Amino acid sequence: MACNSSTCNSSGCYKGYEEEEQPKPNTKAAVNGGNSCQNLCVKCKVNEPVCCGIGGENSRFCKDCFKNNLYGKFKQAVTYNAMITPPDKVLVAFSGGPSSRVVLQFVHEMQYKAQKNYDANKDKSLPVFGVGVAFIDESSTHSFTSQHIEKAIEDIRLIVSNLAPPSKELFVVPIESIFSSDGIDGKERLKELLDAVSDVTGKEDLLIHLRILLLQKIASENGYTRIVLGSCTSRIACHVISATVKGQGYSLSADIQYVDSRWEIPVVLPLRDCPAQELNTLCSLDGSLKVVELLNGPCSGINGLVSSFVKVLQEDNPSRECTIVRTAGKLTPFHFNRVPEIHDSNVPSATRRNQKRYTLKPNGSLSSDSFCPICNSPLKKSNFPSSLRSHGSQQNPDLFASACSSCQFQILPKDPSLMEEFLSLLPQQMITKAKHGDQGNFSLLR
Amino acid sequence: ECFYAVFEEEIHQVILENQLFKPGERIAIGASGGKDSTVLAYVLSELNRRHNYGLDLFLLSVDEGITGYRDDSLETVKRNELQYGLPLKIVSYKDLYGWTMDEIVKMIGLKNNCTFCGVFRRQALDRGAALLKVDKVATGHNADDIAETVLLNILRGDIASFNSEFINIRFSLLLMLGCQNLNKFSTYAYFKKLDYFSTECIYSPNAYRGFAREFIKDLERIRPRAILDIIKSGEDFRISTTTKMPEQGTCERCGYISSQKWCKACVLLEGLNRGLPKLGIGRNQGLNSDGKKDRKRDSRTPSIESKQCGSLEF
Repeated sequence: MACNSSTCNSSGCYKGYEEEEQPKPNTKAAVNGGNSCQNLCVKCKVNEPVCCGIGGENSRFCKDCFKNNLYGKFKQAVTYNAMITPPDKVLVAFSGGPSSRVVLQFVHEMQYKAQKNYDANKDKSLPVFGVGVAFIDESSTHSFTSQHIEKAIEDIRLIVSNLAPPSKELFVVPIESIFSSDGIDGKERLKELLDAVSDVTGKEDLLIHLRILLLQKIASENGYTRIVLGSCTSRIACHVISATVKGQGYSLSADIQYVDSRWEIPVVLPLRDCPAQELNTLCSLDGSLKVVELLNGPCSGINGLVSSFVKVLQEDNPSRECTIVRTAGKLTPFHFNRVPEIHDSNVPSATRRNQKRYTLKPNGSLSSDSFCPICNSPLKKSNFPSSLRSHGSQQNPDLFASACSSCQFQILPKDPSLMEEFLSLLPQQMITKAKHGDQGNFSLLR
Repeated sequence: ECFYAVFEEEIHQVILENQLFKPGERIAIGASGGKDSTVLAYVLSELNRRHNYGLDLFLLSVDEGITGYRDDSLETVKRNELQYGLPLKIVSYKDLYGWTMDEIVKMIGLKNNCTFCGVFRRQALDRGAALLKVDKVATGHNADDIAETVLLNILRGDIASFNSEFINIRFSLLLMLGCQNLNKFSTYAYFKKLDYFSTECIYSPNAYRGFAREFIKDLERIRPRAILDIIKSGEDFRISTTTKMPEQGTCERCGYISSQKWCKACVLLEGLNRGLPKLGIGRNQGLNSDGKKDRKRDSRTPSIESKQCGSLEF
């Protein structure tokens, strides 16, 4: 949906939504060349438009329609992919940014409506899904003042407590909790681990891998069955490019689908079809959607470069992010890119029948897939070392051999003598995976 | 000296490992006069001599009709013909299609002209190759070029191209030097004092490829191996082979290979000749009902466009 009005270039559009507090329909009319097509929301044709969607002049909405449009995309993603069903307990990963805030809001509204239906319904057959919120405190990796981070956490608590009923549990967990030992030890170990990675991009990516592992841990320890990420179209577009640049073309399709069931707790991306620009607009339009900005600083290295590149492309053509995601969407997903089948007999059979369409069979072709212990990306068969040489013992799995080429290059230490020490710094979950990787190797060879 | 030896040896290894040539084959080298094709011509003729590949080498050059650029670079190629002793054939857009790029730009402006040039050049190379009766065409695409193309395909929605980039479909266009980085080429050419032409096409600043090129240059500064990683990603993309490959047929108008009723070049030409510069550009790429009407009428187009391709072997 490229902006096809010749007078409205993309930067004009951006300016359009920044003026949302004081809607200036007259200005817009002037931009339009005095277009007699009156200044009404394109959807309801009743209210005055206050903002532009990604489609430029063709998608000028009033506040309500704009929000409903986004909510609609969210809802469709959830229903079509059977992301959330009644017996689920859903953990929303909350970073404080606009995408997080919107996805939390939408999940809440969905839950609220479900609750209302449940209360109004006599037979109470469909229970309402539960929602929890997880915030990962990464302050030990940055130089925030403790005051800053405490204020942020306070704001988050307030946000979550206001999203009730139904009430939601909030988990504020420091990133170093990924290691079984907590507190000072954890902080030290994390610092040592990150210092052991010389590549800037590798460091950033390792942190991301640790983050997702921690979310898995929180979800699993507290009985959650789904993790919801607020990843929007823009973030996914950046990931497409950066994965390509890092040589991860094979595993790319695994990361960008609606559902990712590689993990113990499946991860879902309901905002996949929502561009960041629109989410930002929604947050600025709606006063209740308070955003907690933790200035993590710009990403450096490859991730930062890709971000700026995509930004430049967006300025040239506002629909570029959508095109990138659509193109990458044509790549073949993996078998785990669907929700797992439900075996719970408490779930009504209608729901289970519905789910069957979108689910994977638990005994599917899982066994032949192997994954990188660090980033969990599926490994191409040919990448697997076929030699029967000394693959480590049970105590010291051959980390290097079982990792993907990208992690081998940017995360693992170059010097083999440092490998053992690096291994000792990694969280247990990754080491276990490395061990299984070796064993997987054996089972294939039998 | 070591650099030359290593560079030449690497290329020799690529040729051997992939069994690119057989003795007695006739090979056309796509020669633009620029550093990549000049290096390619030089090295290939050297290796042919040194290792006795037994190949008949030719230089094939395309004249798009761009004044201030192509006319100068063609002089370089003519000199190469003498310097390397390789017979030269020049095919021109004017002869093949009746239009020079300058004329095309005058008509359609600076936005989509690269699309025309790319399509026309591919066909021109094929036709030139047919005239020379060669078995293969070698091009001097380097790693940077291929990485740019991979990125462009992602940015512009062209997944189907991934397969054809890496598999030879028509005349085996050989991405021989795809393993070599851009820098090695310029270094080789410069130090060997090879005669080459180093100016960019005057229309290139407006090309979309510029975005990708800029990005890759920045990328190389941070992580040089990223260029090869992009190519590796392109090769590894999981593309369903069943759905993507278009059917190979022939163009009704000129007989060239085509997956549609008319080949792309004919569609574009039709647009030019009818004063419809947008024909063939953008979403509605076919001729649809207009095309059907046209084919029933007598063709007003000059005889060149309806020229058969001659002895093309697919």
